Amino acid sequence: MAGIRLDDVSKVFGGHTALEHLSLDIADGEFFVLLGPTGAGKTTTLRLIAGLEKPTTGTVSIGGEDVSTWSAAERDVALVFQHYSLYPRYTVRENLEFPLKSNVRRTPRAEIDARVAKAAKTLRIEHLLDRKTDRLSGGEMQRVSIGRAIVREPRAFLMDEPLSNLDAKLREALRAELKDLQMTLGATVLFVTHDQVEAMSMGDRVGVLNEGRIIQIGTPYEIYNKPRDLFVAGFVGSPAMNVLEGEIAGDRIVVRQGALELPLEAAGRARLGAASGAVAVGIRSEDIRLGPDQPIAARVHDVENHGVEQVVTLRVDDCQLRATVPAIHPVAVESTVRFGLDQAKLHGFDPRTGLRLG
Amino acid sequence: MADISLVDIEKFFGESYVIRKLNLEIRHKEFVVLLGPSGCGKTTTLRAIAGLEEIDAGEIRIDGKAVQRLQAADRDIAFVFQLYALYPHLTAYENIAFPLRAMRENRTAIDGQVKAVAKALGITHLLGKRPSALSGGDMQRVAIGRALVRRPKAMLMDEPIGSLDAKLREGMRTELKRLHLENDSTTIYVTHDQIEAMSLADRIAIMNDGVLQQVGSPGDVYRNPANLFVAQFIGSPVMNITAAAVAADDAATTVTIGAGDGAFGFSPELARRLGAAGAAPGEELTLGIRPEGVVVARSAAPGHVPVEAHIIEPLGAYDIVDLKVGRQLLRARTTSGFVGRPGETVWVRLDETQTHFFSTRTGVALAAGARA
Repeated sequence: MAGIRLDDVSKVFGGHTALEHLSLDIADGEFFVLLGPTGAGKTTTLRLIAGLEKPTTGTVSIGGEDVSTWSAAERDVALVFQHYSLYPRYTVRENLEFPLKSNVRRTPRAEIDARVAKAAKTLRIEHLLDRKTDRLSGGEMQRVSIGRAIVREPRAFLMDEPLSNLDAKLREALRAELKDLQMTLGATVLFVTHDQVEAMSMGDRVGVLNEGRIIQIGTPYEIYNKPRDLFVAGFVGSPAMNVLEGEIAGDRIVVRQGALELPLEAAGRARLGAASGAVAVGIRSEDIRLGPDQPIAARVHDVENHGVEQVVTLRVDDCQLRATVPAIHPVAVESTVRFGLDQAKLHGFDPRTGLRLG
Repeated sequence: MADISLVDIEKFFGESYVIRKLNLEIRHKEFVVLLGPSGCGKTTTLRAIAGLEEIDAGEIRIDGKAVQRLQAADRDIAFVFQLYALYPHLTAYENIAFPLRAMRENRTAIDGQVKAVAKALGITHLLGKRPSALSGGDMQRVAIGRALVRRPKAMLMDEPIGSLDAKLREGMRTELKRLHLENDSTTIYVTHDQIEAMSLADRIAIMNDGVLQQVGSPGDVYRNPANLFVAQFIGSPVMNITAAAVAADDAATTVTIGAGDGAFGFSPELARRLGAAGAAPGEELTLGIRPEGVVVARSAAPGHVPVEAHIIEPLGAYDIVDLKVGRQLLRARTTSGFVGRPGETVWVRLDETQTHFFSTRTGVALAAGARA
């Protein structure tokens, strides 16, 4: 296994800058997730590392060596895609063997058989080895796709939204399997996704990408609790962090979006640093409290039942906030409730730059 | 809006028995979600209601009238497809106006209706654009607008937000629900995503292999799953499932999980209730408990068993901790950062009010634990 490094990489396609000043340092054996919305440049980054594109400027290194000019085959990394691209009229075994049978490699027959058997065992697809791949379920096909990468014993795995095509339940199950697999193999994995739940549950570290730039790299805990800017704050976490723009006025924040004044106590003030004047205040849904003694009145716009908890959308004038409350408290749509904010969990951002304050 | 009844519906695709004697009542103004894995028959059922598929047996009634022999166009139902199916050569305005023009309404009336629907969906500023200039979320809104503008008896939606980014899906869920309420619609919605179903539905109809597994409110199917399939399909992360051996005396019921991997204490009434529900003494059962039902403490406490914390998944607002109970793995939901690091010993008990028991042979739910 090997580490992967991008140094100040940029990629320009004709008039369009897909990636700008991108630097990444993925340690050997790390499960690194590249997270961002559609169009952010995640797939382009992956293709650059794989050797399917060359950087316009900057360098790509694998295992400490500059591979920027190397071809894809020479880089010895394995790709797993969202759409499996299995050979439909071949069996699972034949699909797994395929990468090892090229003339360039000249892997001996015994070695091919051993690797195929080991990959099939790890992925629990031994019973499917003689089945044609067009007769497999989505989850089975994805396992074969991963198996085809494993048999190559590459220096790193590059996965481009490999679970996006699967049913929600299967995605959940395969997430755990993939993470387990990575830990067992000690593999270096770069996993690309737009799904922040996937990123949080699988990543050792997560790089948040938007419009071709890395905004923040950190552990799931770090990007969730200390988002570097409004984009990360809104993208990581579900429901999205509530953000309100307003003015700090002594012991309250006057919110511009509607007739709403948020109390600002010492603990909250401390979280906003030395800020005064205009501020964008963020509060996560689990840090909003509902109760008869709370300071602010609101109407219930919507209630979503999430089993263990409810997500309640609160409406004050034309301002909306989402609060997560335990399932046991019944809340009715269009009823009036009172809410307050956990001051110690306030986030402050500069409304002009979007950057974190405090 | 309408009452819709599915009576003994059956459907074959060649040899494949895809819908197996399905019965379902959908009430006027209800939001019903057909939920299940790929291939369970939910989309086929929806298409059959719409008239896009024929059924081989049974009746489909809308407001008491049998419609299974009527063409789709004559059923007064609107369908929203997963991949929008917008007319690429028409603007958003023209796409939404299309069904009204087909019904030969007058121009002023059409204009009024299109603009009203666009306002409700927040797409007034997009009306002059063609689909190629629209994002996925915007295209889906136009597709919904095109369905809504006809004020149909029922709105049928086939995974309408499935192809959108996760973040966009969240926002669209609230919009869809509000639209349903504001339009007094009857809505039938198909998805494989149980979070979507739980968030949107008045009632959820869960299907597997063409068979209805359970129909109930989100709260019902979450707290009282009728069988193992429902128990494991609803709820994220998935419910913990282990083998369970039940032994009882007057003081307590002891439940041993796995192959003697760990023993937990429950009230003496539990054994009696399981017996009353049909469990034979000594019969091996299947135990199910959701991660939030696995209660974790950092020090020894009465009724708690010491176990080793394995992997900790930080999910932001909470953590999911894998606990090694002998050779069994149980996943517990804790507050963020509650368990410091993998390898730590913690103390665990199972909340009786959230513990489910199922027949190992049939998968059917027996008595749950005591209700609080």
